[in-house]
Amino acid sequence: MERMLTRSFSLIAHVDHGKSTLADRILQLCNAVPEREMREQYLDRMDLERERGITIKAQAIRMEYPASDGKIYELNLIDTPGHVDFSYEVSRSLAACDGVVLLVDAAQGVEAQTLANLYLAIEAGLEVIPVLNKIDLPAAEPDRVGNELATLIGSPAESILRVSGKTGAGVKELLDSIVTRIPPPSGDPEAATKALIFDSTYDNYRGVVTFVRVVEGKLRAKSKVKMMATATFAEIEEVGVFAPNMRPVEMLVAGDVGYVIPGVKNVRQATVGDTITDAAKPAAEPLAGYREPKPMVWAGLYPTDGDQYPDLREALEKLQLNDAALVYEPETSQALGFGFRCGFLGLLHMDIVRERLEREFDLELLVTTPSVAYEIVRTAGDILSVHNPAEMPDPGSIAEIREPVAAVMVIAPREYVGTLMELCQERRAELKEMHYLSEERVELRYHIPLAEMIVDFFDQLKSRTRGYGSLDYEPVGYRAGDLVKVEILLHSNPVDAFSAIVHKDQAFNYGRRMTEKLRELIPRQQFDVAVQAAIGSRIIARETIKARRKDVLAKCYGGDVSRKRKLLEKQKAGKKRMKQVGAVEVPQEAFMAALRLGDGK
Amino acid sequence: MTTAARGVYVHIPFCIVRCGYCDFNAYAGMDELADPYVDALLKEIDDRADGGVVTTVFFGGGTPTQLPPEQLGRIVQRIRERFEVTSGVEITVEANPETLEPGVASGLLENGFNRISIGVQSTSAKVLQQLERVHSSDRAIRALECAVAAGFERVNADLIYGTPGETMQEWRASLARVLATGVTHVSAYALTVEEGTPLSLKVARGDLPAPDEDDLADKYDLLVETLRDAGLERYEVSNFAREGHECMHNIGYWKGADYFGFGAGAHSHRAGRRSWNVRLPRTYIDRSPSVEDGFETLEPEQRRGEAAVLALRLAQGIRRKDFSQMWGSDPVELWPGPIAGGADGGILHVDDDTVRCTDKGFLLMDGVARELV
Repeated sequence: MERMLTRSFSLIAHVDHGKSTLADRILQLCNAVPEREMREQYLDRMDLERERGITIKAQAIRMEYPASDGKIYELNLIDTPGHVDFSYEVSRSLAACDGVVLLVDAAQGVEAQTLANLYLAIEAGLEVIPVLNKIDLPAAEPDRVGNELATLIGSPAESILRVSGKTGAGVKELLDSIVTRIPPPSGDPEAATKALIFDSTYDNYRGVVTFVRVVEGKLRAKSKVKMMATATFAEIEEVGVFAPNMRPVEMLVAGDVGYVIPGVKNVRQATVGDTITDAAKPAAEPLAGYREPKPMVWAGLYPTDGDQYPDLREALEKLQLNDAALVYEPETSQALGFGFRCGFLGLLHMDIVRERLEREFDLELLVTTPSVAYEIVRTAGDILSVHNPAEMPDPGSIAEIREPVAAVMVIAPREYVGTLMELCQERRAELKEMHYLSEERVELRYHIPLAEMIVDFFDQLKSRTRGYGSLDYEPVGYRAGDLVKVEILLHSNPVDAFSAIVHKDQAFNYGRRMTEKLRELIPRQQFDVAVQAAIGSRIIARETIKARRKDVLAKCYGGDVSRKRKLLEKQKAGKKRMKQVGAVEVPQEAFMAALRLGDGK
Repeated sequence: MTTAARGVYVHIPFCIVRCGYCDFNAYAGMDELADPYVDALLKEIDDRADGGVVTTVFFGGGTPTQLPPEQLGRIVQRIRERFEVTSGVEITVEANPETLEPGVASGLLENGFNRISIGVQSTSAKVLQQLERVHSSDRAIRALECAVAAGFERVNADLIYGTPGETMQEWRASLARVLATGVTHVSAYALTVEEGTPLSLKVARGDLPAPDEDDLADKYDLLVETLRDAGLERYEVSNFAREGHECMHNIGYWKGADYFGFGAGAHSHRAGRRSWNVRLPRTYIDRSPSVEDGFETLEPEQRRGEAAVLALRLAQGIRRKDFSQMWGSDPVELWPGPIAGGADGGILHVDDDTVRCTDKGFLLMDGVARELV
């Protein structure tokens, strides 16, 4: 195929704005899938099948489109990750494109991810084709939303295409517009090879499969290559394209989008953003924009059944093959037993990992209250990174605690601005910018301590805006905060799982909430037990679990005797599973329940 | 310990209504099974009796007095024929207030019963309603008076405390009214929410609060004190009697004696072998006389642990010498940690002769018991 007839693009959209359905229509117009194999949400289904180990999800599909100008174009449709923790990965997918289709639901209007993705596309210098989708919906307001979109990207409202992924209306016009407006790839096939890895996945049968855009030079099977950022050398096993199923090709040359099986063991050796070059004739410089995946949110993962610890370790090892952003280290909690402290890109990433562990590996997990990584400046002058409150050094040795801050963009109908501002204020957020996207919709920009976001900010945002608010965020560095570590003491012994780093103003609240909860959840003992919250040596809240007064079975006659013995034996076995905190015996379930309740603010 | 003690238990599973807290093997509306059930019972006695000594007999339920005294008398008679019943035998029948007419009380005496246990539960109308008992509080008191008047020398009143909503005053009043009738024995039980009962459903749904530990403990303290003042001493966790009026049949259970259990769901025990009959009356009748449903054989260690746990329920506690003779080791040597811990915690009193619960210990003994099983 002639380079001039190649177009590489992404569909970018807020979640649920109809990307998958539109992709179905594009596949059909290009006859990419035989009629009998066509199903709704074709590409997403491939994803489900992949979970069952049948197919590797295509992150880029090659299609042939017979355009209205009579020529046949090669289209590369590149998928972008659909959620807010992965903006870096979205940016890499976009870097593999020459243009984007910005898809907006004609009923919903512009949302936070629409904007975030648009800004990423503009930053990447891509041609943007704005499109209104779902114009067939009775609730669609193409004129209003069209104006909103036109204002946003500074082009006349009339130039905005209107399509329906459902009925197929306007899709042909859209494809024609893609071939006329998006430029063909540039790049010299004879130059030193540079290929951008924009996605990387692990398959049980094929090993690591990377998705690449060849920017310069060429890649072919059996050639020796180097991943520049990780300095990994490998011999390529196979190169090919998805059309939409995996199809090996002889080589990929500058301008091509396809897959490479680089023959490496795990995705960490071929990470998103890295540059593949020729080992013998390497490029002088890698492609710009590589970032090492950096976990922002940390939480302890514990099996609810301690016997599942080895299973959890094995599951994390397997997941990590497929997830370069997931990090973990073993952790022992006196309250929860053996588990792992895991780092995630964000909250959604954490949810995805947890769900996969539970669903694909059949584990039952307890996730501790998520935390962020703090920078502790010590009086001695050195800086420690602490991502587990239990590891916080002695308060006396701390000069300053710095916490990570996120830049947050919220878009919502204007009637919700008041309640949103209230929410942001409660979360110590700092308003940076606010403007009207249209008469009805407002964009708010805040800087907010990441720790305040990771608990239930998104849920709160959704509930306060009745689902109309949307959110995008990205970490923007550290700032000093008035933070303290609150410890929870049981009979004077600290219980690690409940230590938390909180803002000074929230310390009392946190302490009171946790002590009350533990008082309710921990069964009475043979003696009075104090439950205290403390900052250093200062007690800020106290509850008492009164000593047991009755622990005897009322009735014990003939038939009851066996029953009583079995009951006592069962209780005795239960006692062995109790967690011992000093002299206090606590059923693990009580700790778990307290942590679950601790989720909400 | 009287090694010769041997009991017979007879289960009568019929009731007028099934109470919401009850998890016994009891059924309402099955009276038409009464005759075939008694036949099956007689057959089981014929089949299993070994002609050996029997020192106590206990008819429990359900409500034994759902059957006419003559029917019950037939069963007593059969036991007398098939066993060597001692002259001082104690023969107890459980009765509910609503079934205890004066004629019934004397009928029971005439048919061989010499001890009666009446399910009063409470004298508070509110509490009785909460427990779904059909009798009124006056009826309950009248039943006790009627039993005493008919000539029963040993009358027990069964009571339940800690029902949600019961006040301390109501509990005190129940105790006072019961004691005023001249009963010589009281069994008083903390309301226990048993799994699978309508009561447990109500608690699970949040319609009723679960019994409160502090409330139960306060009421227990009042119970012990009130009965002691009236001359009824605690001889077991939940049992109080004037001296010489203790229930010998139940003491047999706590001392590990052998006993035959006849009837649906009844348990038997013989030298470490514990067996039980099929639970459903209908099945019991159909399978007569092959009614055993299962059994367990206790290991010597289990028997030893059980013996200690059961003995601790008695005021006299574990008699160290007897225990050593029976099981080969002294309990203090066998369980040094738990017993020392119990003593330090004020739960156990330990001296050269006995290990027994302190006043406080009667409410907390399961903490130690758990270590002994």
